[in-house]
Amino acid sequence: MRVKPKTTELIAKILIWSAAIFVLAVLSFIIIYILYRGLPMISWSFLTEIPRNMGRDGGIASPIVGTIMVTAVAIALAVPLGIGTAFYLAEYTKESGITRVIRFSAESLAGIPSIVYGLFGFIFFVIYLNLGWSVLAGGLTLAVMILPTVIRTSEEAIRAVPQSYREVSFSLGGTKWQTIIKAVFPSAIQGISNGIILGVGRCVAETAAIMLTAGGALRMATSLFSPTRTMAVHFYILAREGISMSNAYGTAALLIILIFIINVVSNALVNRFMAKNR
Amino acid sequence: MQDQYKINIRDMSFFIEKKQIIYDLNLDIRTNEILSIFGPAGSGITTLLRALNRLNELIPGARIEGDILLDGKSVYRKEVVLTELRRKIGMVFDVPTPLPMSIFDNIAYGARLKGEKNKKVLSDIVERALKEAALWDEVKNRLKTSALALSGGQQQRLCIARVLALEPEVILLDRPCSGLDPISTAKIEDSLTQLKERFTIILAPHNLQQAGRVSDYVAFMLMGELIETGKNDDIFANPKDQRTSDYITGRFG
Repeated sequence: MRVKPKTTELIAKILIWSAAIFVLAVLSFIIIYILYRGLPMISWSFLTEIPRNMGRDGGIASPIVGTIMVTAVAIALAVPLGIGTAFYLAEYTKESGITRVIRFSAESLAGIPSIVYGLFGFIFFVIYLNLGWSVLAGGLTLAVMILPTVIRTSEEAIRAVPQSYREVSFSLGGTKWQTIIKAVFPSAIQGISNGIILGVGRCVAETAAIMLTAGGALRMATSLFSPTRTMAVHFYILAREGISMSNAYGTAALLIILIFIINVVSNALVNRFMAKNR
Repeated sequence: MQDQYKINIRDMSFFIEKKQIIYDLNLDIRTNEILSIFGPAGSGITTLLRALNRLNELIPGARIEGDILLDGKSVYRKEVVLTELRRKIGMVFDVPTPLPMSIFDNIAYGARLKGEKNKKVLSDIVERALKEAALWDEVKNRLKTSALALSGGQQQRLCIARVLALEPEVILLDRPCSGLDPISTAKIEDSLTQLKERFTIILAPHNLQQAGRVSDYVAFMLMGELIETGKNDDIFANPKDQRTSDYITGRFG
């Protein structure tokens, strides 16, 4: 029997809508449940006090600081290196054996489980370079981990800039460097920042690699060489060891809020930049 | 009176990898005249224009033989500074290509590349260029708004203004009116005839009528070869080559 086109339309509509609603429902259930369990835990003292009693009491001030420090180190290293590599691949070199090797390595690295990075960081940064369990070792490991993501998204963003922008800039007497800075980069910045946000998200959420490289110290990190734990690690230990589920949910809720804030702020920054340029 | 030549193209051939795009082309271009180079699509006209400001060098595998002289000196000499050459030979592309920034910033782009930072100087340059391109009155109250919001015709005049702001000596226009309505086209053609008093203009017209309307000299290209060149009226009235006459009478192309 032939189905009427109108019926097909209706069925397609229903399928597509229900897929979207299902996904939305699952996501919002997770978020709402965590916020429901965790938000009541968040208070001024929860944010400002150092964990006591293995985290059963006190707040999560030191994991918050640890998260920020480790992420900052990772981003500070991975972003310039990643964007530089992306510009090299997209603008400074022809397709060749070398570019294919770089791209293939980056893609393979992007798919490796984070525990492998953790193991590498533990052997290389913690032991061989003798950094010990520290903010620096954790940040370096995360930098290596997110580098492929930053490279790939940045390169795609740079390649998506219309060739005509480059031609115009060259035809107006621009050097290659001026063309990249003034004509290509502003148009690619949205895509590049998406890659950075993805990287920040992975850093903030990372657990296994951090435990192996930054340790799990509860005290406040005072320098790049202090051991620390991040919120994700703290949350994992609280839940895994059954120390305090309510504090675990509090940490998780704060993690969600933090990622939300990072997204909103960076989007706002990019939009302001774009508005100035458009 | 002796003709003044701005550009001499000598035995020029152009290749991309092994494919030859232009065959042994000789052409002399007079100062302060409009030369239209016409021919069917794929004749190598764009390539020829882009050989003059050496923009072809962005294409991987591009190779040129022969020589192109600007004021009697090769543009392919070793000591030529590309950025200076491209400021002398400005180019307008076939689709309007405003950069994603404000109108002001688009026009000031070239001057800023050269290192000009003085606001007064920049705004003088912008105003003068926009006036010369007959766009000033339409945009003078919204210079800070995005150039992408302009209409197609305005965008193309913006691109012309952006080139004029460089104070070039030669202006290359690669089918500058191809996507534009007749009124915008007329406006651009008007500005061209005024501009030729100060600039040497090389135009790839988007049709024969345009070549006939604006040019002093015309050249006909076919399959990478220059078939014939001469005064506007001569070529259209008495083409010497059969292929030229076939093309302008509409027998092919």
